[in-house]
Amino acid sequence: MAEVRLNKVVKRYGKLETVHGIDLEIAHNEFVVLVGPSGCGKSTTLRMIAGLEEITGGTISIGSRVVNALPPRERNISMVFQSYALYPHMSVRDNLGFGLKIANMAAPEIEKRVNEAAEILGLGPYMDRLPANLSGGQRQRVAMGRAIVRNPDVFLFDEPLSNLDAKLRGQMRVEIKKLHQRVKTTVIYVTHDQVEAMTLADRIVIMRDGHIEQVGTPTEVFERPVNVFVAGFIGSPPMNQLDAVVRGQMAVLGDGTGVPLPAGLVLSEGQQVVLGFRPESFAPRGHSLHWEGATIAVSRPVVIAEPLGTETILFVELGGKDVQGKMLNPREVHPGEELEFTLDLSRLHVFDKASGRRL
Amino acid sequence: MSAMTIEKPWQRWAIRIGVFLAMLVLTVPGLWVMLTAFRPNIEVLARPAIWIPQNWTLDNFARLFGLSASQQGLPVAQYFINSLVISLTSTLVAIVIGMAGGYAFARFSFRGKGPMFLAFMLSRTVPGVALSLPLFMLWARLGIIDTSFGLILVYMAINIPFTIWLTDGFFRQIPIDLSEAAQIDGCTRWQAFWKIEFPLARSGLASAAIFAFLTSWNEYALASQLTRTTASKTMPVGLMDFTAQFTVDWTGMSAMAVLIIIPALVLTFIVQKHLIAGLTFGGVK
Repeated sequence: MAEVRLNKVVKRYGKLETVHGIDLEIAHNEFVVLVGPSGCGKSTTLRMIAGLEEITGGTISIGSRVVNALPPRERNISMVFQSYALYPHMSVRDNLGFGLKIANMAAPEIEKRVNEAAEILGLGPYMDRLPANLSGGQRQRVAMGRAIVRNPDVFLFDEPLSNLDAKLRGQMRVEIKKLHQRVKTTVIYVTHDQVEAMTLADRIVIMRDGHIEQVGTPTEVFERPVNVFVAGFIGSPPMNQLDAVVRGQMAVLGDGTGVPLPAGLVLSEGQQVVLGFRPESFAPRGHSLHWEGATIAVSRPVVIAEPLGTETILFVELGGKDVQGKMLNPREVHPGEELEFTLDLSRLHVFDKASGRRL
Repeated sequence: MSAMTIEKPWQRWAIRIGVFLAMLVLTVPGLWVMLTAFRPNIEVLARPAIWIPQNWTLDNFARLFGLSASQQGLPVAQYFINSLVISLTSTLVAIVIGMAGGYAFARFSFRGKGPMFLAFMLSRTVPGVALSLPLFMLWARLGIIDTSFGLILVYMAINIPFTIWLTDGFFRQIPIDLSEAAQIDGCTRWQAFWKIEFPLARSGLASAAIFAFLTSWNEYALASQLTRTTASKTMPVGLMDFTAQFTVDWTGMSAMAVLIIIPALVLTFIVQKHLIAGLTFGGVK
């Protein structure tokens, strides 16, 4: 059993504090993704779990052990680096077996485990090559193989796919997911790519400036973001966010458009709010998902249309800003063409303007 | 891989001729020394110059070792041993200390790192000869004039800063991720160094070793001040044994010069195969 617990973990470099006392519990066999913009502290957090960075304050435990003072080799973890960090002077076979050899495992057992890993990752034909003679995707697989042969309690991934091209990244994402289903282990995965986070994670941890903003399943963070930052970070294209002022049961946008607020939401008159809605909740009439709740309609000329095949992203001006809508079953749209858009009010997100928090 | 430039035939020939001329200038003195080692004394000062010896002879070498009837031999064997002991010891120590220093500069941050590195480099700007008098006095006080130890100490001081500078660069090229990956794979920091970083820095260490060895092996100015007798005289200093008040035994000197050159050449060829760069390519990215 290897649950990972972070308790008020702090990282300081001299006077500069980069991780501000974060708490996180990761269950046995859970796949958790730390996601956030660069500089948010996600890699630092991972490296503290790995033992590559000293923990300035708080405790990290793996299983029942507090690991603060343990060197990486005593934590029974393995890690896949962004750069892969394959040993350039060793063949693929030796790269895979290196950790086992260091642990003084018997040669036949090493061979058995290395061959198993090679089998899982399809590395058979490349076992005697040096890393320099492998493609990016193959190197990525070797790095993963080196992690799995050691049968660790926890797998750490530090942006493992960011050096691959888009197509390969998609393939490897699927392989990582398959790997986790096959080799049940706790996984902590760091990325700045919210698509990777959404597709891989059991739970997503969204970080910003050394704080955790929200922890939740992909559905939770997508459907109920706790603040404007999470709302803007998760989802592609990002959620539209418009400033508005509360007038009775309406929120009035900058251009005077009134949007009815969700029932049960009690706000004070004149309160400054941010209205959020995803592009898929804002569509031309007849080209939307099947919405069940109330809608409102606005007519707007299309500024830009981006056809993507199964859908077209439409940019229109609303409340003084460009917002994006999603047209399903698209037909050809020309810039300047006026369309009647409907907004799904059941999927409206309301945030406090001052604090950014969800209301 | 960098793109190969496609050159026209005349450009290729221009390059070849240029290289040939440059190599000619560089190698002719060495060639002359080699040839002179195998010619009788009478040919040396002949005018016009005799390039290819007309009477090849090994007599010069025989005389060196006292095998000829006409002349007493020189303690060449002892000089050779002195040179070897002094050069190898100072190189070994310089590599061990320099490697540790280079690794520290490349991997750790510590107080005074920048100024210290600068100070090491500045020590290279002082011409060795400028130090010969202070060194002589200091060594005389310590009683290590005319000892191998004294010379080893001097050559270490010359070689260590250079080795630090060189190995620092090589360790810097090795991504720190590799050491970290090894530590996660179960290594101690020490094991990670010996099993991963050291093998990858080997080519750099080999170059540093060649430089350090050749510096010590060829050094003349300081050695000529700090050595007196066969107890510590090195080969380059021994060369001066061939100069008398009014005459110079050019052929004998050349024969000895050949003996100095050969070990350096052999060593360079042995270590050369470790100088293959680009071994670290492919580990990351």
